[in-house]
Amino acid sequence: MAVFQELKKGALISLWFVFLTFPVMVIKVDPIARTVTWRWMNALYMAIGTFIIYTLVQFFIKRRGRSKPSTVQKEAGSSVIHRLLDNPRRRAMLFVALAAAAIAFPQLLSAYQTNVMTTALMYVVLGLGLNIVVGLAGLLDLGFVAFYAVGAYTYALLNHHYGLGFWTILPLGGLLAACFGILLGFPVLRLRGDYLAIVTLGFGEIIRLVLENWGEFSKGPSGISNIARPSLFGMELDLHGSIVFNYYLMVLFVIFTIFVVNRLQNSRLGRAWIALREDEIACQAMGIDKHRTKLVAFSLGAFWAGLMGVVFAGKTTFVNPASFTFMESAIILAIVVLGGMGSIVGVILGALILILMPEYLRGLSQYRMLAFGAILVCMMIFRPQGLIANIRRTYVYKKTHNDAQAS
Amino acid sequence: MTSQPILEVSGLTMDFGGIRALNALDLDVASGEIVALIGPNGAGKTTFFNCITGIYTPTEGNVWLTPPGGKRVSLNGLKPNKVTERGLARTFQNIRLFPKMTVLENVMIGRHCRTKAFILGAIFRDPRTRREEQDILETSYAMLEKVGLGEHCDEFAENLSYGAQRRLEIARALATEPLLLLLDEPAAGMNPQETIELEGLIKKISREGQAILLIEHDMKLVMSLSDRIFVMDYGRKIAQGTPREIRENPAVIKAYLGEEVDA
Ligand SMILES: Nc1ncnc2c1ncn2[C@@H]1O[C@H](COP(=O)(O)OP(=O)(O)OP(=O)(O)O)[C@@H](O)[C@H]1O
Ligand SMILES: [Mg+2]
Repeated sequence: MAVFQELKKGALISLWFVFLTFPVMVIKVDPIARTVTWRWMNALYMAIGTFIIYTLVQFFIKRRGRSKPSTVQKEAGSSVIHRLLDNPRRRAMLFVALAAAAIAFPQLLSAYQTNVMTTALMYVVLGLGLNIVVGLAGLLDLGFVAFYAVGAYTYALLNHHYGLGFWTILPLGGLLAACFGILLGFPVLRLRGDYLAIVTLGFGEIIRLVLENWGEFSKGPSGISNIARPSLFGMELDLHGSIVFNYYLMVLFVIFTIFVVNRLQNSRLGRAWIALREDEIACQAMGIDKHRTKLVAFSLGAFWAGLMGVVFAGKTTFVNPASFTFMESAIILAIVVLGGMGSIVGVILGALILILMPEYLRGLSQYRMLAFGAILVCMMIFRPQGLIANIRRTYVYKKTHNDAQAS
Repeated sequence: MTSQPILEVSGLTMDFGGIRALNALDLDVASGEIVALIGPNGAGKTTFFNCITGIYTPTEGNVWLTPPGGKRVSLNGLKPNKVTERGLARTFQNIRLFPKMTVLENVMIGRHCRTKAFILGAIFRDPRTRREEQDILETSYAMLEKVGLGEHCDEFAENLSYGAQRRLEIARALATEPLLLLLDEPAAGMNPQETIELEGLIKKISREGQAILLIEHDMKLVMSLSDRIFVMDYGRKIAQGTPREIRENPAVIKAYLGEEVDA
């Protein structure tokens, strides 16, 4: 009976799809020959295809639902990576292997590959920054790229007008972006969810439009070129040297970011963010200043975007508003969501997959973005919690407790 | 009652559009007391909690809190987090835990308003921050033991049973070191066994000197726990007194028409 119901539903959905795609798939009008061709076979393919996909999806969802939900959080997020990270010896080995791979990478592979990897690492940091806002504090921010732009233009403009170097601007770009984070934070303090998403989306577009149209300030759409590359202790590097240098710089940045974000999320502040995400009213009722906690999340997230903006400007030596479209925000958000909200390892994997995959899917030429989209959709259906579900830290309470009593 | 009052509420009124959910309500709780607030569904009990904890801004009225040996402070117009900081902590009628945090972390959140570490402390983990974290951990764990959830501390809060979730809410509220603990229907949805355990727990907390204001529909529980009872109906206080006085009050019996009030 249930099967019949499902089949009926599948058939209806297929019919609806055929109807929706009818004008595009079935009717073909040739305005020159003034003929109309009816491609009925297409409708049939459409119906069969939809039906099969729908049935498969239903099948997998059912099967997942049947597997009993586990009560202990260890099981809930059990995955190869967590098992790897649980054992200290294996963890140490993993870290050594990763470090060796990271150091050897530019030596073994071409400058092109190194460059691609540098970009991917930049998105790792951007993802980890946005993860503070979206993953931990639960504030859906669709205008994250605005802070990235602030960082990039800080470096571009100050370098262009005053010849200030990369290392001087780096902290400045981060701080300025953090200030913008607070600036955006204030008006949206009362908003949540969809409303917040819309306002932040608008904010991102405003920054881009200002950069595009305020010619005297930002040189408009033509952008700013000839930005100095980051120097190594005052030494100017040649093109290849600077590609390798940027890569190592980004590796350091990633390590630094992981360190800071990890400490933040296991602190009093990090717990407050998560509580804010889980239940705003309960969070306030437990004595957490909602506004302050939100503002800090916004500004800290923006800080990383600002830093990456400066690095971006130094790496490409050219910025224009076209680099800071909504698409960028969407990709960074996709990294966080795909990787697993609030999970550092997840975000890193998400960034590497989302940035490297389109690069290596280039072989599929025009179907590249289609494949990319399909993979994303499948992810959301089969693993909506992201690649790596976040596991909360467990504390060594027993020991400390007994110690406290003993002393 | 000669002991000093902790909470004093006078003339509290709350309008929702045309509905007057609270009508010039007076109430007080003295130190060490268990006071119950009862009334039929929709009487405005939860609204009363929401008003004194700053979640709603009351239309009129005053709320005062007096720390032992301290000066009386007004809670009017304070934000919920400030109210908690001053010493009112509550649980919720429809449980509001942080489902994707562990049981222990839920209680640790309660310590938030008694601790200070911020961004720099989090990143550098200086000795002071580490001591503070240790204190948060120990106090929180002690609270969990107190409500009997010690061995569940690493589970996600959402995976606890209903009764355990209610007890976790109590532990979380206690972790804020409140002057007065507000419990909104702590026994709702509990089975008889759990209710008996809850009664023991509330008595234990009370013996430690904790003042408690309790909203509850379970009359048996209310009668056996409370020192004094306030009865509300349609936003008004219709009676106040000891359990014995309330049981015999005709206005109360009328308000609960059909409902048996026996102990
Ligand atoms: N936010 C709100 N907006 C409008 N009306 C509200 C709001 N909150 C409560 N009310 C109304 O105020 C009245 C009192 O509600 P309240 O939740 O305080 O009752 P209660 O005594 O807690 O009842 P119960 O025993 O069912 O929990 C009800 O009529 C309710 O509809
Ligand atoms: Mg209620």
